[in-house]
Amino acid sequence: MTAPTATTELKPPALSQGWLGWARENLFAGPLNTLLTILTVWLLLATVPAFIDWALLKAVWSAPTASVCREAAGGACWAFVYEKHRLILFGLYPFEEHWRPMLVVVIFLAMIGLSCLRRFWTPWLALYWIVALTAVGILMWGGVLGLTYVENERWGGLPLTLILSVFGIAFAFPLSILLALGRRSNMPAIKALCVIYIELIRGVPLISLLFMASVMLPLFLPTGVNFDKLLRAQIAIILFAAAYLAEVVRGGLQALPKGQYEAADALGLSYWQKTGLIILPQALKLVIPPLVNTFIGIFKDTSLVVIIGLFDLLNSLKASLVDPAWPGFSAEGYIAVSLIYFALCYFMSKYSQALEARLATGHKR
Amino acid sequence: MATGTGNLGPPQRSAASRLNWNDPSFRAILYQIIVLGLVALTVWYLVSNLQANLKSRNIATGFGFLGLEAGFGISESLVEYSPASTYGRAVFVGILNTLRVAVIGIILATILGTIIGVLRLSKNWLISKVCSAYVETLRNLPLLLQLFFWYAIITETLPSARQALNPLPGIFLSQRGINFPVPAFGIAFDLILIGVALGLIGAVAFRIWAQKRQDRTGQQSPVLLVAAGLILGMPLLGWLLGGAPTEMSVPELRGFNFRGGASLSPEFAALLIGLIAYTAAFIAEIVRSGILAVTHGQTEAALALGLTRGQTLRLVVLPQALRVIVPPMTSQYLNITKNSSLAVAIGYPDVVSIANTAINQTGQAIEGIALIMAVYLSISLGISLFMNWYNKHIALVER
Repeated sequence: MTAPTATTELKPPALSQGWLGWARENLFAGPLNTLLTILTVWLLLATVPAFIDWALLKAVWSAPTASVCREAAGGACWAFVYEKHRLILFGLYPFEEHWRPMLVVVIFLAMIGLSCLRRFWTPWLALYWIVALTAVGILMWGGVLGLTYVENERWGGLPLTLILSVFGIAFAFPLSILLALGRRSNMPAIKALCVIYIELIRGVPLISLLFMASVMLPLFLPTGVNFDKLLRAQIAIILFAAAYLAEVVRGGLQALPKGQYEAADALGLSYWQKTGLIILPQALKLVIPPLVNTFIGIFKDTSLVVIIGLFDLLNSLKASLVDPAWPGFSAEGYIAVSLIYFALCYFMSKYSQALEARLATGHKR
Repeated sequence: MATGTGNLGPPQRSAASRLNWNDPSFRAILYQIIVLGLVALTVWYLVSNLQANLKSRNIATGFGFLGLEAGFGISESLVEYSPASTYGRAVFVGILNTLRVAVIGIILATILGTIIGVLRLSKNWLISKVCSAYVETLRNLPLLLQLFFWYAIITETLPSARQALNPLPGIFLSQRGINFPVPAFGIAFDLILIGVALGLIGAVAFRIWAQKRQDRTGQQSPVLLVAAGLILGMPLLGWLLGGAPTEMSVPELRGFNFRGGASLSPEFAALLIGLIAYTAAFIAEIVRSGILAVTHGQTEAALALGLTRGQTLRLVVLPQALRVIVPPMTSQYLNITKNSSLAVAIGYPDVVSIANTAINQTGQAIEGIALIMAVYLSISLGISLFMNWYNKHIALVER
């Protein structure tokens, strides 16, 4: 019997080390696992190379006309997207004025980026937003500073989607806080009103609210008074978003320990002092991740204005798809617009996860 | 000490102190009166405008129009319908179409979502990454965009009926939708349905009996085996009683379209695929977080007690995970129902699209929209009631 000496140290088996060991652990652990891996690989091999072939290798990136593009391409015809990108991005906005909506998009993205940095989380941020939104209004409408006037029937594309979402969230959020506070109020009449409002709105689809805003609202206004379609859709989105945000805020209010409410009362703070200084700062921090998720939902839901005929990003794309000179490039168009929506939503959801991790103070219950 | 009267007893509320501005309950009542007054005033103002507008535009009011002839066709209907039918009938067809897509969508999205959610937790690196990619992509795109995409794929990219794709024998994919074979069994079909119903009742009865027996004697019965036997065996018996027919109605190309078999219209298929794919991504996340919410100690403790893997999952992990899963799942079911209203964008005749046509024809916007809202509110209420009942059924019984 020979005892192993220090010099004849045994190496671990090759199959449990390095990439082989990793593969064995993570891909081929057991027969079921192996079967799943083989199935997935087969599925990926059947789809991914074909898709890359279609979208990249055999794609045509520029072509003068649709027929040239279709003949040359064994795959995607991105020339369609290139040809129509101005229409998709800016809708029916006057062509020579496209720098204005472009600037609006830049302002929105810059402001959203700015608001994500904690360094700018001061009361000044509200002021910056007011300045930015005023600039957006001036740029889109024009009529002053030598800009030609553009009525908002002609607004469209990405700026319209951003306007509907940003204004929707900006107005719905304060309203939702009031609704959530009302729902938690001790006053029965106010509580009942808030409950009825929130549950009614959450019980019906957004489409029915948009229809309501487009066909029913004019009937409720005095003769002669009329809003344009954009404002009515914006109102519907605000009312809709407020109900959903209110439930998220209420979650935060309920998650706060009762001691916080009682301590504020014991200090002799008035209701609004208590709410503004003690309750809301803590409650809103608790619900930042679900709030951002709701924001993402609202951003996606603005695409429903297609149904009442506003030319947001999705509808501008539909408008360019029906051009008889470039027929049948739906897949390319939808993929291009998907990328824009995906980039914005994915950024927001990743940001909310990062924020949640950074704001965690160990009080999570 | 007993001489000090008056200010030691409970404070006497005089009429003056009841109207005191410093009394919170007085202020509360005042605020509520003000708010209610403002709401009432707004409603009165809007309604008076409405009445003036309706009069000046000569729009009829009331739900009388539901009895009139609709005069428009509906492309697919579960019940008999023709343009000569009434508006009421048309709306009923729409409600059935909404329920059809919602019910099938809920069932299939739950199955797909659960599979993806479980697979995302799998130790298999490749498969969990693929499932993550699925969830992240589908969740971050608007549903309407996805519906348009599927609809475009079906109507533009798929070949015409003559060159229909034939992935499996008897199943055809084309611009006309999906055609697939159905059994043509005649009387045996009814017998099979009766068999399914009897099998289900028998299985439930056996489960109750087995539970009682276990409570009484401690002996377990093979519930799963017997239930599976009943549910599969009874329909089989019905099929044999009906003469064991094997005929199938297979779709066949005749001219420009298919005859025989059953079909899903492109609109229905696009709506269903879109709703299922989108909602499954959300359900997968709910299932995943539900399973993660059950601490690992629970599994280890169950295994230490000698339960098998299957028993651990069924008796320990799942009941606890379900408590976390059911409430958010309810809101996903409500979302599917509400999102099915996007049908109007791709031309599937659901209740919104039919009510919209009725509004355009009669001008009675208020009644039409009230109808839409009433339908969705009742469906939502129904789902909520059922899910709350189920939630209570599985909730932790605290002693």
